[in-house]
Amino acid sequence: MSKGTAIRESKGDRLFVFFIYLFLSLVLVIVAVPLIYILSSSVSSPQAVVSGKVWLFPVDFTLDGYKAVFHNPQIGVGYLNSLFYTVVGTVINVALTIMLGYPLAKKTLYGRNFFMVLLVITMMFDGGLIPYYLVVKDLHLLDTRWAMILPGALGVFQVIVARTFFQTTIPDELAEAAELDGCSDIRFIFSIVLPLSKPIIAVMTLMYAVGHWNAYFDALIFLRKPDLFPLQIILRNILILNTVDASMMANVSQVQAQQGLKDLLKYSLIVVASAPVLIIYPFVQKHFVKGVMIGSLKG
Amino acid sequence: MPRLTSKLQTEPSLAPKNPVSLKAPPERRTGRTVGKKIKRHWQLYLVLLLPVLYLIIFKYIPMAGIVIAFKNYNVIKGIWGSDWAGLKYFHQFFDSPNFWLYIKNTLGISFYGLILGFPAPILLALALNEIRNGLFKKSVQMVSYAPYFISTVIMVSIIIVNLTPNVGMVSKFFEMLGVSNTNFMGIPGLFKSIYVWSDVWQFTGYGAIIYIAALSGVNPELYESAKVDGASRIQKILHIDIPSLIPVSVIMLILNLGNIMKLGFEKIYLMQNPLNLSTSEVISTYVYKVGLLGSSFSFSAAIGLFNSVINLILLVSVNYIARKLSSNSLW
Repeated sequence: MSKGTAIRESKGDRLFVFFIYLFLSLVLVIVAVPLIYILSSSVSSPQAVVSGKVWLFPVDFTLDGYKAVFHNPQIGVGYLNSLFYTVVGTVINVALTIMLGYPLAKKTLYGRNFFMVLLVITMMFDGGLIPYYLVVKDLHLLDTRWAMILPGALGVFQVIVARTFFQTTIPDELAEAAELDGCSDIRFIFSIVLPLSKPIIAVMTLMYAVGHWNAYFDALIFLRKPDLFPLQIILRNILILNTVDASMMANVSQVQAQQGLKDLLKYSLIVVASAPVLIIYPFVQKHFVKGVMIGSLKG
Repeated sequence: MPRLTSKLQTEPSLAPKNPVSLKAPPERRTGRTVGKKIKRHWQLYLVLLLPVLYLIIFKYIPMAGIVIAFKNYNVIKGIWGSDWAGLKYFHQFFDSPNFWLYIKNTLGISFYGLILGFPAPILLALALNEIRNGLFKKSVQMVSYAPYFISTVIMVSIIIVNLTPNVGMVSKFFEMLGVSNTNFMGIPGLFKSIYVWSDVWQFTGYGAIIYIAALSGVNPELYESAKVDGASRIQKILHIDIPSLIPVSVIMLILNLGNIMKLGFEKIYLMQNPLNLSTSEVISTYVYKVGLLGSSFSFSAAIGLFNSVINLILLVSVNYIARKLSSNSLW
């Protein structure tokens, strides 16, 4: 790209690039502003929020909203439950995904196409809500922690991504050579496949973990006991159904107008609930991109 | 099949060198290749066992459980023991006064979402592709796909908070334009737009990744020669970028169209309120309310089945059309 010899951009092109920049800046603003607004509101005083003084920057900085959030016992329980579902669920997810994805990538697996079809059919057709619910009910999983883990123990899309990865990065010759040396398939998985698959394992872990942290549907239909509720259900009760328990605010300075604090609490709660994912996000962003790209290679 | 026969021919010459098959000569002599192949890699089947069991229990048994739609479900007798009801529940649904309303809402929100949501990531990818490098490009990418990680509950909360009269940012913005004190979430006519535009806000950046990947795979020589021929940037987009995005776009379009009837339950259910129900009730929310909240299992399953079948027909036909028109299809 030496300036002297490159063909110079025409006026039309430069104008075009200007519009591209304008368009992308607009995208940036539209996406970022609501997020900044929530963040700023969460640390502004209730009065400022309610009277609509907050635009982009915090007004009358205060952490009262966060104090109220952390004083709420429900939120603490939800946080711990979500943590449990995320960790245990993700471990099971990743294990099962590899257990299905790896054999499907092997040409030596007789009936490979059959298993692949078995998998893909589930992407296109399902029994629907009621039969799904009844299966979980018949297994006596309702109102247990397993209801949050077992029904979603495998993501079909993730299996296909993993299979594509195994197919493209682990050469058949390697497996053949190992076989000649007397290495069993299971040992090959543990000592060769897993160490070579760290990138895809990282990607899967992240995708599954985010899924568990944000999961809400299974809890809505399978759980009735409040002490099993994940954070998302608690959030729904507080943020959307507006059932804020008055007692949760008793500890916080009584001077604040209750209504104002209630509004403030919503903003703080949104930030607190999204924090785990958004904090790790910048570190894992490129892995996510990689995951999408591996998945897009071949269906 | 061809693989099977070729294996048969190569097997004997390989066998003497192969310690695994040397260990098990009796099986070889019986000549049952299938059994031998399975036996040789029995460990792979062992590994497969758990996930396949999962698929059977949580995917295939529910599929078989669909018969509940044709039965008078009785909790004590169970799905299989209950009496047949024939198409009673389907008729009940087709004849219900709200049948067309729910179909209309489902299709309306879906197509609105498709028309806006499908091209948006392509547009963003094309624009980002025009900027070769630098901090600006990275920031746009990073910020634009951050909303993808926000949970549905939080997303709906953000929508509600922003649309709260007098307080929310969007409300304040409209107030400046002279529309004051409006409860946007309570206006039936606005539901579709709020749903679709917030989806675009949340998923466009993430959706663009796949197109950016496709664009990064374009042969640079094409750009070079276009440059030499004096092509403008717009011409390059029209004649190089867009054609190279067509295969992946077709696949994405088929996938999207195949989900038309499977309109997301989570977000719509959370966004519903008594005021907007006339435009926000879709088939999936109705199935949930009738089935799980109202305990009409059979009726609800019939609606769900109807929905799935329409969806499957859509997917198969769109795929067929795509295969005929272009060479790209899911299968």
